[in-house]
Amino acid sequence: MTGRGGAIGAGLPSDRWRIWDAALWLAPVAAYFVFPDHLVLGSQVIIAALFALSLDVVLGYAGITSLGHAAFFGLGAYTAGLLAAHGWGEPLTGLACAAVVAAVVGYLTSFLVVRGSALAQLMITLGVDLLLREAANKAARWTGGTDGLSDLPVGDLLGVFHFDLAGRTGYVYSLAVAFAAFVLVRRVVSSPFGLSLRAIREGAARMPALGAPVGRRLVAAFTFGAALAGIAGALLTQTSQGVALEVFGTERSASVLIMLVLGGTGRLYGAFLGAGLFMLMQDYLARLDPVYWQLWIGCLLVAVVLLGRGGVLGIAEVLRARWTRGSVP
Amino acid sequence: MSHPAFVRVALAALVVVPALGGAACNKKSDDARPAAGSGSAAPAAAAPQDKPTIKIGMVASFSGPFADISKQLMGGIKTYMKQHGDTVAGKKIELLTRDTTGPLPEVAKRLAQELVVQDKVDFLTGFGLTPEALGAASVATEGKTPMVIMNAATSIITTKSPYIVRFSLTLPQVCAPLGDWAAKNGIKKVVTMVSDYGPGHDAEAAFTKAFTAGGGQVIDAIQTPVQNPDFSSFIQRVKDKHPDAVFVFVPAGQQSIAAMKAYDERGLAKAGIKLIATGDVLDDHNLATIGDPALGAISSYHYSVAHDSPENKAFLEAYRDANGADAGLPNFMSVAAYDAMSAIYDVITKLDGKIDPDKAMDILKHEAFTSPRGPISIDPETRDIVQTVYLRKVEKVNGELRSVEIQPLVTNMKDPGKDAGK
Amino acid sequence: MAAFITVLFDGVAYGSLLFVISVGMSVTLGLMRFINLAHGAFAMFGGYTACVLAERWGVSMFASLPVVLVGFAAVGAVLERLVYRWVSRTRPLDQVLLTIGIAFIATAVASKIWGPYPRRLAVPEALTGQLHVLGVDLGIYRLFLIGMVVVITTVLHVLIERTRFGAQLRAAVDRPEVGAGLGIPVNQVFTASFAIGSGLAAVGGVLGVETLGLDPVFTFRFMVYFLLVVVVGGEGSIVGSALAAGALGVFDVVGKYYFPSVGGFLIYGLMVVLLLVFPHGLIRRGR
Repeated sequence: MTGRGGAIGAGLPSDRWRIWDAALWLAPVAAYFVFPDHLVLGSQVIIAALFALSLDVVLGYAGITSLGHAAFFGLGAYTAGLLAAHGWGEPLTGLACAAVVAAVVGYLTSFLVVRGSALAQLMITLGVDLLLREAANKAARWTGGTDGLSDLPVGDLLGVFHFDLAGRTGYVYSLAVAFAAFVLVRRVVSSPFGLSLRAIREGAARMPALGAPVGRRLVAAFTFGAALAGIAGALLTQTSQGVALEVFGTERSASVLIMLVLGGTGRLYGAFLGAGLFMLMQDYLARLDPVYWQLWIGCLLVAVVLLGRGGVLGIAEVLRARWTRGSVP
Repeated sequence: MSHPAFVRVALAALVVVPALGGAACNKKSDDARPAAGSGSAAPAAAAPQDKPTIKIGMVASFSGPFADISKQLMGGIKTYMKQHGDTVAGKKIELLTRDTTGPLPEVAKRLAQELVVQDKVDFLTGFGLTPEALGAASVATEGKTPMVIMNAATSIITTKSPYIVRFSLTLPQVCAPLGDWAAKNGIKKVVTMVSDYGPGHDAEAAFTKAFTAGGGQVIDAIQTPVQNPDFSSFIQRVKDKHPDAVFVFVPAGQQSIAAMKAYDERGLAKAGIKLIATGDVLDDHNLATIGDPALGAISSYHYSVAHDSPENKAFLEAYRDANGADAGLPNFMSVAAYDAMSAIYDVITKLDGKIDPDKAMDILKHEAFTSPRGPISIDPETRDIVQTVYLRKVEKVNGELRSVEIQPLVTNMKDPGKDAGK
Repeated sequence: MAAFITVLFDGVAYGSLLFVISVGMSVTLGLMRFINLAHGAFAMFGGYTACVLAERWGVSMFASLPVVLVGFAAVGAVLERLVYRWVSRTRPLDQVLLTIGIAFIATAVASKIWGPYPRRLAVPEALTGQLHVLGVDLGIYRLFLIGMVVVITTVLHVLIERTRFGAQLRAAVDRPEVGAGLGIPVNQVFTASFAIGSGLAAVGGVLGVETLGLDPVFTFRFMVYFLLVVVVGGEGSIVGSALAAGALGVFDVVGKYYFPSVGGFLIYGLMVVLLLVFPHGLIRRGR
C-alpha cells in the first residue's frame, strides 16, 4: 500500500511503504507460528508497544513530556472493563468506546498540560494520573478498587473467535489493532499536521508567525495520543479478561517512557523496538533470577545511554551513517 | 560535548559484560532457591503421570514493593523442603518461580498460563496479593491445575475457581472475633483505621458488624491511603475523638511500622486509648523493628511465633536451620507457605506421584492436620482455611517482643465473609 | 484551637521532612537542570549507611550525619566524573533513562545486601518525646527537622547567591560556553555541585528514616515526592523548594486530619493547582 504522503514534496518524511517495513511487520506474524507457546507474552508486548506508540505521538512528535500517560491507558482499560462487566462484552465497540472516553479526558486535560515547561508538564500529567487512580480506588463499588474486576465476560471477537487460554485470538487481535494504529499514526505524522508538530517541537516561538496555531495543534496531538493509549488499555482488559487499579500505576507510566526512550523517540518503530526489547529482556532475566533481575535491566539501560544518544534506533542511525560514509570514501 | 567515543564504549562494556555474565552465572550460583526454575521448556513427556518430576509453579511478587511477602513465602517453602527433602513418592520436586513485580493481574495470569501450558506444572502456588490470585484463577479452571493460595487474603478468592484452595487466612476470619471480644470486654467506643483497599474494607466491615452487634459503637471510620508515608495526622484525629480503643488494620511492613510509630509518638497509650489490631500490624518478623511502643498492644490472629506447641518449636528450629540466623523470624506468611507445601506433599504421596487434578483437589479439600499455628483444616464446601483465632498481647519474653497468646477466641473459625456475600 | 495548632505544626514538620529528603534534588535537578531520578538512591544508601554505622559500631545518628555527607559527596563526585559527565546535558530523555537505570541497579543491590524488609534507625535519646508548650504537644524530632531546614536553606542560599562558587555555578548552568570563555572551570564546578547534591541527598535519607522507614524500594516510592517539591518550588530556587515543601506538607496534614476520606487526593490536587497558577514554580530564579 502506498500513502499519498510522499506527494507532499521531496525531502519530507514519507509514509511510503518500503520492503523493510513489510519485513518488520512479518516478524510478529512469523512469531505466531514459531512460538505458539508464547502468544500471551507476545500480545502483552504488542499492547505495550501500542501504548509506547501513543506516547511517541505525545512526546516524540508533539514534544510534551508526560509521566502520567497511564491515565489514559487506565481510562481505556476501565471503560472496556466496565462495559464488559455490565453486559457489553463485544470487543470492537468496547475498543471504540475506550478510545472516545480516553480522548475526551485527554482533550480536557490537554489544556492543563500544553502550556507549561517540560517539568511542569511532567508533574501535571503525573498528578492527573494519580488523581484518577485515587478516584478509581474510591469508586471501589464499580471498579473493584485494588482488587479490580476479574473474570470479565468478554465476548467472542467478531462473534466467532473465543479468547482462548493459549492467547491465539488475543495475539492476532492485538497485532491487527496495533498495525491499524501504526498505519494511522504514520499517516498522521507525515501529513501537514504532523509536519507542523515537528516544527513546533523544534521552535515553538516561530510557529505563530507562520500562521500555525501552536496550542490547538498540541491539544489535538495530546488528544490523539490519549485515544491511542485508551485503545491499548482496552486491549489489555479484553485479552486478559480483567482489569485492576495498577493500570493507572506510576510504574506503568514510567516503564512506557523507558521503553519508548530505549527504542528511540519520534521514530514510530522505536516504540515497538523498545517495548519488545524491554519486556523480553525482563521476562528472560526474571526467569533466571526473579528477585534481582532489576540489576541487569538497569545495567542495560545505563549501557544504551552510554553507547549513544536517542536510544537503540539512535545508535543504529549513527552506525549506519558511519558505515555508509566508510564504504563510499 | 566532545569526548572520545571509546570512553563511552568502554564504560558501556564495563556495565554490560558483568550484567550478561552475571545473570547467567546467577542461575547456577543462586542458593536462595531450592530449585531454580529453568527457562527452557522440558521435552513433553508421553503422559503427565509418567514424568520423573513434579513441577510446582510459584507466582508471586519477588521484586518491587511487595518483595518482603515472597521472601517470607520462600522462607516457609525452604523450611519444609529442607525438612522433608525434595523427593516425594519417587518423584523429584521442581519449584519454578515467577515474578509478577506487584499487584498486576494480567501479569500473574500470563505467568500462570505459561507455567500451565509450557512448563506443564502440576500445581500453582504462591499468590501473595489478591489481584495476583484473581488474575490467575481462570487459568486454574481452564488448565485444571490445583492452585494453592499461600497468602492473598480477600474473602472472594476461593469462589473464583473450583481448583483454588487457601492455606492463609481471610480478614473477616480474624476481625469478627476481635469485634466480638472488644464489645464484651468493656470497650464501648472505637475508632477504626484501615488501609483503603480490599482487605482493609473487609476488615472494617467484619469488625464493625461484630462490634456493633455486641453493643459497641464505632464513632469514626478512617481509611488511609495504601502507601501512606506518615500516620501522624490520622492518629491525632483518633486521639482527639477520645475513643476507648482504636482498631487498626494496615499491611505488615512499612505501613505497620509507620502506624505504630505515630501511635507511640502521639502518646495514645498514655491517653488511655487501647490499640486493638489484626496480627498484620504486629507481625512477628517486624515486631522487633517496631520496638517497645508495641508493648501491651492487643491483637487477634491465627499465628504467633510464641505459640506453645511442639510443632511450632520444631518449625522455628527448622526455619532458622534452612534460612540462617540472619533471616530473622518467620511470620504468618511463612507458616501458610509451610502448610501449603505440607498439603502439596501429602497429595503427591497419596496419589503416588501420579497427579490427577480432580483427585488432587479432593484430597486438598479434606486436608486436616496440626500446623505450627495449631490445628487447621480446609472447609470442603468453600475450599477455604478453617483455624483457631487467638487473642494475643505483646509482651517481653526473655527480653524479646512477642505476641503472646492469651486465649483462643474461636476454635475452628470459618471465613464469615462468605456468608456475608450470600 | 489547640488541636488546630498541633496539626499546623505537624504540617510544617511534615513539609520539613519532604524538604530534607528532596533538597539534594533541588541542587541537581533545580540548579544544575540534570534530571537525576536516582536521587532517592543516594538518600537510600545514606540511610542504610547510617543504619550499618549504628548497628556495627554504635555510631549515633548525629555523628553519622557528617560521615554520610562527606562520604556520599565523594561518591557523587566520582559518579559525575565517570558516568553522568558522558550524558548530554541537552538531552533530558537520555538523563531519564540513565538515572532510572541507576535506580534499578540501586534497588537490586540494596535488596541483595539488606533484604526486602523495612528498617529503622535509632534516634538519639535527646530527640525523642514531646515538648509541652502552651498546652500543645510538639514532637522534639519534628522540631529538630524544622531546625535542619532553616540551617540547610540558609547555608545553600548563601552559597549559591553570595559566594564566588555560586556565581560560577549559575553562570555555568545558564551559559556554559560563555562561562568557560570567562575562565570558569565549568567541569569542576559541575562536579562540585553534583557532589553537594549527592551529599545532601544522603543526609536527607538519614533524617528521613525515622519517619518514612527504609527499604530497597525507597528510591521509587518517594520519587514522586522529590519531584513534587523541586518542580513546585521552582527550578533553581532552594527557598522555593522550602516554601513548596511547607505548603504541600501543611495542606496534606491538615487535610488528612479534617477530611481523612479524601486524604489520597490532597497533595496531588494541590500540586496540579499550584503548577497551573505558577507554571514555573513558586520562585523562579531571575535570568
